[in-house]
Amino acid sequence: MKETLIVAGFGGQGVLSMGKILAYAGVVQGFEVSWMPAYGPEMRGGTANVTVILSDKPISSPIAHEFDSAIILNQQSMDKFEAQVKPGGVLIYDTNGITHHPTRTDIEIYTMDATEESARRNMARMFNTMVLGGYLAVRPVVKPESVVEGLRLSLPERAQSLIPANEKALQKGAELIKK
Amino acid sequence: MDKVYSRSALLTDNVMHYCPGCSHGTIHKLVAEVIEEMGLQADTIGVSPVGCSVFAYNYIDIDWIQAAHGRACAVATAVKRLTPEKMVFTYQGDGDLSAIGTAETIHACNRGENIAVIYVNNAIYGMTGGQMAPTTLLGMKTATSPQGREAAIHGYPYKIAEMVSHLDGVCYVTRQSVQSPAAVRKAKKAIRQAFENSMAGRGLSFVEIVSSCNSGWKLSPVEANRWMEESMFPFYKLGDIKAGTPAAI
Amino acid sequence: MQEVKLIKGNEAVALGAIRSGCDGYFGYPITPQSEVLETLMELRPWETTGMVVLQAESEVASINMVYGGAACGKRVMTSSSSPGISLMAEGISYLAGAELPCLIVNVQRGGPGLGTIQPSQADYFQAVKGCGHGDYNMIVLAPASVQEMYDFVFDGFDLAFKYRVPVMMLSDGIIGQMMEKVVMSRSRARWTAEEIKQMSDSWATVGKPQTRARNICSSLELDSQIMEQRNLALQARYEEIKKNEVRFEEIEIDDAEYVIVAFGSSARIASEAVSLARAEGLKVGLLRPITLWPFPSARIAELAGQAKGFLVAELNAGQMVEDIRLAVDGRVPVIHFGRMGGMIYSPDEILKALKEQSNG
Repeated sequence: MKETLIVAGFGGQGVLSMGKILAYAGVVQGFEVSWMPAYGPEMRGGTANVTVILSDKPISSPIAHEFDSAIILNQQSMDKFEAQVKPGGVLIYDTNGITHHPTRTDIEIYTMDATEESARRNMARMFNTMVLGGYLAVRPVVKPESVVEGLRLSLPERAQSLIPANEKALQKGAELIKK
Repeated sequence: MDKVYSRSALLTDNVMHYCPGCSHGTIHKLVAEVIEEMGLQADTIGVSPVGCSVFAYNYIDIDWIQAAHGRACAVATAVKRLTPEKMVFTYQGDGDLSAIGTAETIHACNRGENIAVIYVNNAIYGMTGGQMAPTTLLGMKTATSPQGREAAIHGYPYKIAEMVSHLDGVCYVTRQSVQSPAAVRKAKKAIRQAFENSMAGRGLSFVEIVSSCNSGWKLSPVEANRWMEESMFPFYKLGDIKAGTPAAI
Repeated sequence: MQEVKLIKGNEAVALGAIRSGCDGYFGYPITPQSEVLETLMELRPWETTGMVVLQAESEVASINMVYGGAACGKRVMTSSSSPGISLMAEGISYLAGAELPCLIVNVQRGGPGLGTIQPSQADYFQAVKGCGHGDYNMIVLAPASVQEMYDFVFDGFDLAFKYRVPVMMLSDGIIGQMMEKVVMSRSRARWTAEEIKQMSDSWATVGKPQTRARNICSSLELDSQIMEQRNLALQARYEEIKKNEVRFEEIEIDDAEYVIVAFGSSARIASEAVSLARAEGLKVGLLRPITLWPFPSARIAELAGQAKGFLVAELNAGQMVEDIRLAVDGRVPVIHFGRMGGMIYSPDEILKALKEQSNG
């Protein structure tokens, strides 16, 4: 098993922490993992992306030029990464703010209105776990209980009380995702 | 007959390289005497600078670290933090401490490092051949201010002792001299106070000693001392700038 | 049970410091390595192991604090990124000249000047050819994983004290910022004052007892004859290091017709390029220098008898390639493939560059 995923969007959308939760879940299941951020000075507003690799073998390059899956959360990232999804791979995107939708026909494309849904449910802070739930519904690379354990490991002490709400967000995301 | 004086056992037999009339020899003697009197030979780490006193380690029989130009206070910071039971002092000139090492000096002062700083101010770069220092007085001739220091070209002489006295981490600032027996006695008391502060962890102590550099000033030793009293002391006023006794802290 | 953590390379350096018995860390914030100091301040090791952590006013102050701590026989270190290491160059030269052990971590970013905060390997020359003034070398370890950023803190201190030289860990923004699993198996206590006295009383400034001559940590000697002798002694020590401490890793090298040479993060990317090449039936192998100084020149010279050519992949304009060419000595072609300014190549780009060479 080897999954190479890129999560890309705006800073402040929880892109890096979404990757971190998945990476921790991978560790819980005994996978080798790498989490490689495109780091920068931008916090809110700038672009952010992270490459997460889960593998049952040692990971050679943490840098990838093509991805099994891509989670795209803004137009700039769509423009940059649509072409880098492997044929047969998966592209998931939130329709919010997307003006040019993906056009590839050799990959599986899913959408989820997680921005809208999380805002409507007053769960904007759990937007990223909602998207992760959607991703895991179509790419079940780790078990749900590993993700909960990943949340426990990656969230700081003060946010541990939010785990049940995050679990709900994961479930909601799984319901939300559609082809 | 009563023995009225003996040389400190902590002064080595090496012949000092300082020019006749230089203040460094006297100040070295005071440092050695205070360490000996406090029984701290095995518990003192000295940090020597770049400048005339770079070779202080040849004359006082303790463990020494020779620091890069200006960095003595940073070096001493680590030594004291890693071995807080030791007495740690720097011995620096005006070029080292108040020109190239200003940042290290100010920040060690501001952090309140428990070190003693012996600052020898003779208003000139002695070792490199008499160039202008930040402390060179206006009008004073040096190799790099041959027509005399002009504020418009070279800026003004500055009093770093007064500057650091405003920092909360500094417990004791005093300005002394060693040109007379009475001055020597007072300077020794000040050094002792600074070393006691280091051992007691009271913060940084800053002892400036206004000194003569008759070679750099191109004067005889006697003339140099007179010039120092007439020209240096009115600008660099002697006395305590910030009291350093426990009661005052 | 093994303790496994998912952490950034920079965090691994901080944890490695605490667990390797480090006595003092002195540093100044600069991207992309600030997590080292941040992690140490978060963990407050002064309350557990007694390790001193201090945010200095500059990199200049940091390295001179390291100099002071090293003179006391303590395990001390600093970390920074490229522009900060330039500021430390003076202090590193003094450390080498005064024969003081310490660990310096450079999490490289792109230059020159303020450059970029993105990853680069453009400080190879600075690290291996001596970044300050004078004839000196430091041992340079190039980690290629977060695990190695942890382990090399231990190895770095061991080598520094074995030879009384500064050791640099030359990492970059990729390895510093990425998270991987780290097995935290190695752990040891700080030395006691008594242990330091036993090991280092002949040179360290630990306070002069009546029973020995005073110790002076200094790089100064105005008598040229003595200074030359000190230089010769240093050079002899460097020869000893070259003989004993060369480290490298090889992947698929036995039957390789083409050898990629890459260090640190580039070696990770290049190892994937090797897999891609092998999948196409191309006989490609990888040599990863782990010590950049001393350099595995002898092994490269040996491989020059077997390979048809070398490709040196490094994130710079061509630095390590010069050392490869020296070792290969013109026997087979050696080409360089690099990116600069914070740009990173992918495995397929390295493979493409290699194919262009083997066809041309």
